[in-house]
Amino acid sequence: MFKGEAYKYGANVDTDAIIPARYLNISEPALLAEHCMEDIDIDFVKRVKKGDIITATTNFGCGSSREHAPLAIKASGISCVIAKSFARIFFRNSIDIGLPLLESDDAPDGIKAGDTVEVDLEKGTIKNVTTGKQFTAKPYPEFMSELVKAGGLIEYTKRRVVTR
Amino acid sequence: MNFAEKILAAHCGKRKVAPGEFINVRSDLILSNDITAPIAIREFKRIGVKKVFDPKKIVMVADHFVPNKDITSAEQTKIMRDFAYEYGIIYYDVGQMGIEHCLLPEKGLVVPGDVVIGADSHTCTYGALGAFATGMGSTDIAAAMATGDIWMKVPQTIKFVYHGKLPKWVGGKDLILYTIGQIGVDGALYAAMEFTGKAIDQLPMDGRFTMANMAIEAGGKAGLFHVDKKTLDYVKEHATRPHKVYEPDKNAEYAQVYEWDISKMEPQVSLPHLPSNAKPVSKVGNIIIDQAVIGSCTNGRLSDLRTAAEILKGKKVHPKVRCIVIPGTQQIYLDAMKEGLLEIFIKAGAVVSTPTCGPCLGGYMGILAGGERCISTTNRNFVGRMGSPKSEVYLAGPAVAAASAIKGKITSPEKI
Repeated sequence: MFKGEAYKYGANVDTDAIIPARYLNISEPALLAEHCMEDIDIDFVKRVKKGDIITATTNFGCGSSREHAPLAIKASGISCVIAKSFARIFFRNSIDIGLPLLESDDAPDGIKAGDTVEVDLEKGTIKNVTTGKQFTAKPYPEFMSELVKAGGLIEYTKRRVVTR
Repeated sequence: MNFAEKILAAHCGKRKVAPGEFINVRSDLILSNDITAPIAIREFKRIGVKKVFDPKKIVMVADHFVPNKDITSAEQTKIMRDFAYEYGIIYYDVGQMGIEHCLLPEKGLVVPGDVVIGADSHTCTYGALGAFATGMGSTDIAAAMATGDIWMKVPQTIKFVYHGKLPKWVGGKDLILYTIGQIGVDGALYAAMEFTGKAIDQLPMDGRFTMANMAIEAGGKAGLFHVDKKTLDYVKEHATRPHKVYEPDKNAEYAQVYEWDISKMEPQVSLPHLPSNAKPVSKVGNIIIDQAVIGSCTNGRLSDLRTAAEILKGKKVHPKVRCIVIPGTQQIYLDAMKEGLLEIFIKAGAVVSTPTCGPCLGGYMGILAGGERCISTTNRNFVGRMGSPKSEVYLAGPAVAAASAIKGKITSPEKI
């Protein structure tokens, strides 16, 4: 269960916006988090608190394959990202490293910047505490749920190499 | 089955696969670079295996911030270099390296029918060779380095048919910018793109690499070209490893089919800040530029440099423009030197850099200040992509970039 303040963005938030390439000479999540979103939202890093939530419309995380992007978001304290759709590589990376993503057609339109949002990952429910409106996220395919339950791809792979 | 499905089925031990199905895919080549490898190595070490599954199928290339631009990037590259030597994998460092997606086909590391995964979004470039190639993240690559396989969801395929004869200055870059302009930056999200038609038959291999390279800019998982004589000639010249040619079935299914006649197409330019903001060059308006970049994994190949040189020969770069030419690999650099292209660039007032991704992602070697504009043969024009978040990048092919460098504003090659 997550509860936090919503940060709202639009369509096609690319990975250069999430973490500009000038910082890709580092790979430590905490250091990357210091620059998360800075080219499109200079105040994000100053304001974000543990548990807060990002919402966006379509194609969130498009562009480069840099895993630094979900790592920076996760290390900034963001608990999960809710969007109408996610770019493919960003989606994989987030599942792999354990940043929860929720896909929903209506939640992003029903949440304003600054609203308090509560997310139940198990049930896939998204509640806008500020307005009282509730939304449902699309369920993960079975295989992806397995990956999430295993604790990400590395934990999943550990089991595979042991059972060989 | 269509093209992508055939290659994937052959790599997961199944007779048939269908879109949406989760499969475990055996990979013929696993790639990472100086930005993505350090994280992949960190994650690989957490798995706890002593060896990589096959050192001959793992390749690392130092290309993004190399020759290293600062201490922190040098530290990242060192992590990769040390790992590469310790585990005996294929490794290209300064002197042998090039921009990975120009380098790997040139070295014969990718052949038709392969599955290639890479911790770089432009891994889809190798689709030009009739391989299924797709970008992933570092953790995916870490897992694959340990096991040799990786999970995938079988994508739907969208087919693109380009009719007609390619006009003089129209190349792969113009076709792909037009395509992304038509379908949007998520128009092929999660899908494989299959490029076919008479115009594609005429397109040289370099132009096909350019198109496949930018499949990701439409959200695509892969961008595939059928294998023809041009492909086989290329493979014969560069590779020794056996290859396999897959063809779609006659009754293959596609999620969607787009058809365009490109006979009257103009060179295209994508305006800030999305690759989908494509316009014919004559409709761009009066856009003064400060810099022109000719290079990258999209357009840093020999025929791109030839096109630029054809326009720049005997001309001068506008005094207020910095024109930066970046050959994709050491071999391309050498070939361009032998053909006299580098002399043309230098006499025109351009600089020629060692191979690097450099300015494309705002790394170094041509960073923009606030308010500056660049015409660039690279692949992304997102906010801050080449430097200041207040700068602008206009995407185009080498012909438009060279013509614009001469005039100091975005210009059609027809006007030179």
